[in-house]
Amino acid sequence: MCLAIPVRIEALIDDERALADIGGLRKEINTALVENLKVGDYVILHVGYALNKLDPEEAARTLALFEELGQLQAARDAALEEGELSMEGKA
Amino acid sequence: MKYVDEFRDGDKARAIAGQIRQEADPARTYNLMEFCGGHTHAIFRYGIPGLLPPNVKLIHGPGCPVCVLPIGRLDMAVELARRPDVILCTYGDMLRVPGSGRVSLMKVRAEGTDVRMLYSPADAITIAQQNPDKQVVFFAIGFETTTPPTALVLEQAKKLNLTNFSVFCNHVLTPAAMHAILNTPEADSGALMLDGFIGPAHVSTVIGSAPYEPFPEQYGKPVVIAGFEPLDVLQAILMLIRQLNEGRCEVENEFTRAVTREGNAKAKALVERVFERRESFEWRGLGAIPHSALCIAPAYAAFDAEKRFGLEQLHGRENKACECPSILRGVKNPRDCSLFGDPCTPDNPLGSCMVSSEGACAAYYSYGRFSDSRIAVEEVNV
Ligand code: SF4
Repeated sequence: MCLAIPVRIEALIDDERALADIGGLRKEINTALVENLKVGDYVILHVGYALNKLDPEEAARTLALFEELGQLQAARDAALEEGELSMEGKA
Repeated sequence: MKYVDEFRDGDKARAIAGQIRQEADPARTYNLMEFCGGHTHAIFRYGIPGLLPPNVKLIHGPGCPVCVLPIGRLDMAVELARRPDVILCTYGDMLRVPGSGRVSLMKVRAEGTDVRMLYSPADAITIAQQNPDKQVVFFAIGFETTTPPTALVLEQAKKLNLTNFSVFCNHVLTPAAMHAILNTPEADSGALMLDGFIGPAHVSTVIGSAPYEPFPEQYGKPVVIAGFEPLDVLQAILMLIRQLNEGRCEVENEFTRAVTREGNAKAKALVERVFERRESFEWRGLGAIPHSALCIAPAYAAFDAEKRFGLEQLHGRENKACECPSILRGVKNPRDCSLFGDPCTPDNPLGSCMVSSEGACAAYYSYGRFSDSRIAVEEVNV
């Protein structure tokens, strides 16, 4: 019911309609709820209506945070492996 | 798909889960409620319970619009559909929900009535234009995500001067339901174990993060708004654990790529114009909640199906063995229902929580059997 997906705006038709790329197909969507839309923007699409624009800078910031956690985990894995190796050395 | 795939990366998911295990204090339990059914679905689909340490527990909230609609309102839609002059249009999930005496809209359609499934509410306008000798009623349900499209459709109907179109409005409000959860008898008696909320994704794109600010202030419950992808949910869980560990209690936003404090001002203004708050509205499981739902504003009264057809509020008969009401209050689990899996399944739903993919019973049935058995084993060991 609340299913909504990010789609890319491919062309603007008028103030209230645009063409969006939905799974490789161009479909008309209603954009009356979103202001200052440009081609190339991504919007969250719900029951045929764009609800909001996605902010690419904020998305990049969130992904950078995940990247950091990924590096932390890699360091933890490496430490664990080293620990196991030195245990083996003792055995 | 951009903005989807990179938020589903398995290695990153394990990394965030690793950080959760590092930071979660083994001496305490973290009971976190995902309000929204979209999160419930994602949590089971991606096996998130299996990635969490045993003392981080997820409670499924009532944020599934199909699940919380009381049977009486569905019975009213059934009555409408049975009128010979009516074409009743609604979202697909609503067709399968059993009403009183297990009568669903699907069953009513098999009787020869005209019930149609919509992908978009805009299609209801087209159907009205194509059928001038029929009354087309859009049976509208949903939280704040789905309300602005309904508002646009009402505006359009007014602009077009349609005389054969109306909306049976059942739109409900998220913050009101969160207040209700924190005020149930179980919450007052301490039976509801709840340390914080994972806040809705798409609802919040519309209403913003500000409406959650009372929950830390009034109830001491932190809220972290999360996107619907698995990395979003895990990150929000980590943020909640950090707040609880540090003794902080605030509204935080993990879904910054789509949610601001103010939300979508244009959509909010439109909803203000077209709808009004109801004094009170009945929720399945939670009972009557004050100011928790919308009705159509006087300026659009000509398009209000309740007025046009003089609908009277029905009360409906619940299936007594169905545990949906307690599940929706966060105090029972689908496993606690004796009908779960046999005979209640997504193909043969006996309650609303088994119908929508956002319902807790459907999510458990489709994805949850493995992770759930893991949870059960751990609870036995405690
Ligand atoms: S399993 Fe079916 S009958 Fe039981 S609570 Fe869930 S929906 Fe209701």
